[in-house]
Amino acid sequence: MAHFTKATSLHDWLNQRMGIDTVRRVMATEYWIPKNINFLWAMGMVLAITFAMLLVSGIFLLMYYQPNVDLAFDSVNYTIMQEVGFGWLWRHIHGVAASVVFLIIYIHMFTGIYYGSYKQGREMIWISGMLLFVAFSAEAFSGYMLPWGQMSYWAGMVITNLFSGGSLHADGLVEWIRGDYVPAQAFLNRFFMLHVLLIPLAILGLIGLHFGALRIPHVNNQDGEEIDFEAEAAKYKAGDKKGSKVIAFVNDFMSKDMMVVGIYLIFFFYLVFYHYDFAMDPVNFDPANGLKTPAHIYPEWYFLWSYEILRPFSTDVGLIAFAFAQVIFVLLPFLDRSPNTIPASRRGLFKYWFWAMLIDMIILTAMGKVPPSGIFSTIGLYAALTFIGLWIALPFITKMEKKA
Amino acid sequence: MKNKEPLILGIVVFFTLLTYWLVEPFAHAQMHKHVESEGFKYDDLPALTKKGDATRGKDLVMGAGACTGCHGIKVEGMPAPMDPVTAAQSYGVNPPDLSNAGVVFDPKFLAALIKNPAHALMLDHKYNEKTGKMFPMTQFYGAGGDMDQEVADMVAYLQSIAPKAEELTPKMAFETACGRCHAIHYPYVKDGKSHPAWTQIGEKPKFKHKQDELAFETKVLDYQDALTKYLGKLPPDLSMYIRSRGEHFISTFVENPQNYLKGTAMPRVGVTAEAAEKVIEHLEDVGDSKRHVREEVGMKVMIYIIIFALFAILWKKEVWKELH
Amino acid sequence: MKNSSRRGFMGKAFGAVAGVGAVASLYAMKRSWDPLPSVKAAGFTTLDMSAYKENELVTEKWRGKPIFVLKQTADMVAKAKKNPKDMDRLIKIGDAHFMVCVGLCTHLGCIPGYRPETEDFLCACHGGMYDFTAEVTKAPPPRGLDIPPFKIDGNKLVLGEEGPEYKKMLEAGTTLKV
Repeated sequence: MAHFTKATSLHDWLNQRMGIDTVRRVMATEYWIPKNINFLWAMGMVLAITFAMLLVSGIFLLMYYQPNVDLAFDSVNYTIMQEVGFGWLWRHIHGVAASVVFLIIYIHMFTGIYYGSYKQGREMIWISGMLLFVAFSAEAFSGYMLPWGQMSYWAGMVITNLFSGGSLHADGLVEWIRGDYVPAQAFLNRFFMLHVLLIPLAILGLIGLHFGALRIPHVNNQDGEEIDFEAEAAKYKAGDKKGSKVIAFVNDFMSKDMMVVGIYLIFFFYLVFYHYDFAMDPVNFDPANGLKTPAHIYPEWYFLWSYEILRPFSTDVGLIAFAFAQVIFVLLPFLDRSPNTIPASRRGLFKYWFWAMLIDMIILTAMGKVPPSGIFSTIGLYAALTFIGLWIALPFITKMEKKA
Repeated sequence: MKNKEPLILGIVVFFTLLTYWLVEPFAHAQMHKHVESEGFKYDDLPALTKKGDATRGKDLVMGAGACTGCHGIKVEGMPAPMDPVTAAQSYGVNPPDLSNAGVVFDPKFLAALIKNPAHALMLDHKYNEKTGKMFPMTQFYGAGGDMDQEVADMVAYLQSIAPKAEELTPKMAFETACGRCHAIHYPYVKDGKSHPAWTQIGEKPKFKHKQDELAFETKVLDYQDALTKYLGKLPPDLSMYIRSRGEHFISTFVENPQNYLKGTAMPRVGVTAEAAEKVIEHLEDVGDSKRHVREEVGMKVMIYIIIFALFAILWKKEVWKELH
Repeated sequence: MKNSSRRGFMGKAFGAVAGVGAVASLYAMKRSWDPLPSVKAAGFTTLDMSAYKENELVTEKWRGKPIFVLKQTADMVAKAKKNPKDMDRLIKIGDAHFMVCVGLCTHLGCIPGYRPETEDFLCACHGGMYDFTAEVTKAPPPRGLDIPPFKIDGNKLVLGEEGPEYKKMLEAGTTLKV
């Protein structure tokens, strides 16, 4: 048994039992981050805050939501939105945050791609991050089912139909997933379980993994400079904060994080109160009707690029392309054959690859929303082919890259 | 080291706004055609040329016009000749009570309706010689004198018994213009007073005994069956329509349903512009009742969050003074 | 030294501003937990007092709780007049007197049973007893059955509203607030 002395204060009492001073040093005051970073480095904290808002607003929605096909729609649009004190606020926050979190995820992801933060020891950070993207996607999809509006129902119908595997005709699998022939009570209840318990637990676990994977390689910096963290930390601790190339997580990095979060929240709450139709699609304010498909169905904006890769091709080819698109980003650290961890602007052809990929995904997103006819389906087809082409080209153009 | 942050912020904002514009305004413009309002002018209907006399109009409405044969006029103490369910089963639709018609509906529209109901309601595509279908309300063929004068008199009478425009509440406008076909199953509270759900045969009362409640609900279902048979489809419940369709769509749709849904069985309702606004307000009271609270709280939160961001910026500057 | 105390101040100031936001959020959360308006509105029951028979206990419902209504016989009223505490418990509507109480034993909440032969209540759980005005006559209940807030409206009794007769009962200590 460890040796305990009479405590001199509450702090000392806790410290002897739980080592809170060591925890504070390791996790906060002596957790070293490079100083040479820009505001994009705050996206992780922005995501944490947004996720916290989803959790808290979700808790209050959960108090009144009824996961029953006859009650769900009214429990949301009457009870929560119009009866519960501030119920409308939790619903607006939850809907807007669910949409905006993906904007931040994409910014965070493309920051990582641009600065090479996925390679040379950081592969697990990238992989755990992509797993988080998948988990958030599943969480968003399952959550969208719950209001049981027209979009909920038909998105549920279409996405579960994907699992029939085209020519494989795995209808039994589709029925098993739904628990019924069509999205009905069984379907709603199990996606409620996924949304409220299983996937949030998975997300929390993956966040732990993501942070854990970050400790040994350390956070990257905007010049890709290799930093001797031990030496720079020593400079900092000796008092040379200006000369040191590192800063402490608390209060240095945290204060910059909070500044970015503050500005972000102005934008976020403006959307919550004044501009929310993009996040709460009007079609979903029609109660679910299994006998009537809406004139236009489309997924939420963050799934559109993926949806558009599925659409232009025949069923089987489309499913293969779709599967490819889901998995390919995870393989980025292994497809990039260059050893350079530097910003894309200094990486020759990769610079063009980056901007082409970004613009292509925006085009795919736009085409995924508009009805697939005329010029739009042509553009969509070429954008989908470009997407596949860019990934095939990646190993070749990075192999040719000169070592920095 | 040059500070690249303004440029980076510019790039992020640019691509975000571009994506937003493409996915929302642009895409939605491709999916839905935009219909401009005609200001509820009903230009396709002839202008009123005669000045109506309400006293003569009353005689016609009660007499040669034969209106009270089907229509009740509660404000004159005249109930409808049939209960709503029997009326719906006989005619397909329950003939509306005329007490509020003079303030809710446009006078040009009322005149045209009396002379040729199917045409004023824009249901000619359904009721014409080719289909052989007869609209349940018969045309007024005149009482022997100048038909335009007689019709003007009847309209003047309806206007004389109706409440004044300022007295027209959103609830009254909705019930008169829409309530015979559309239900609203959400109860709501307005100005501290609570209102029950609305069915096509009236507000849903409170029942002590389950049997009475079930009997009422059976009556509603019987009415809805007759309505479905008459129209081909049951008109949708409007509880959340203000959020699913929005003000502009509803207003222009009510003005001329054929503009959006060609061949629809929904008649052009013929409301005045003011009555249309009141109907919208009612739909907001029922489907977006917290809009005022949302705006109030929104203002307070925006002020707070700007102060929050300011203090965060000041703290960051203090901390980083030692680091740069 | 000056710098660090400035930084300490700005950090604390920011923390305070954040704290204000946290408190406001807690208030919103508290309000979300409040009973819904529809629940509070359902808290009124109207009884038609002309429908009851003497010495026949009828159980109504108010706010999810059983409500005993016992129309008093002339005999009961005579007996009650001898005991002012008993008389205070009764509600006079027209010429008739009624005992209207929450049918939950004031000991631990079981529903006592009425015995018309002996004109009293016996609670099966722990043997507590009440007389025909629901005043307690045998321990363990600490007091008579509670009287719900009521308002006399002609021949009707509205439970959930506080009329002047009810307010008098509260002031006199005849019943506790339910």
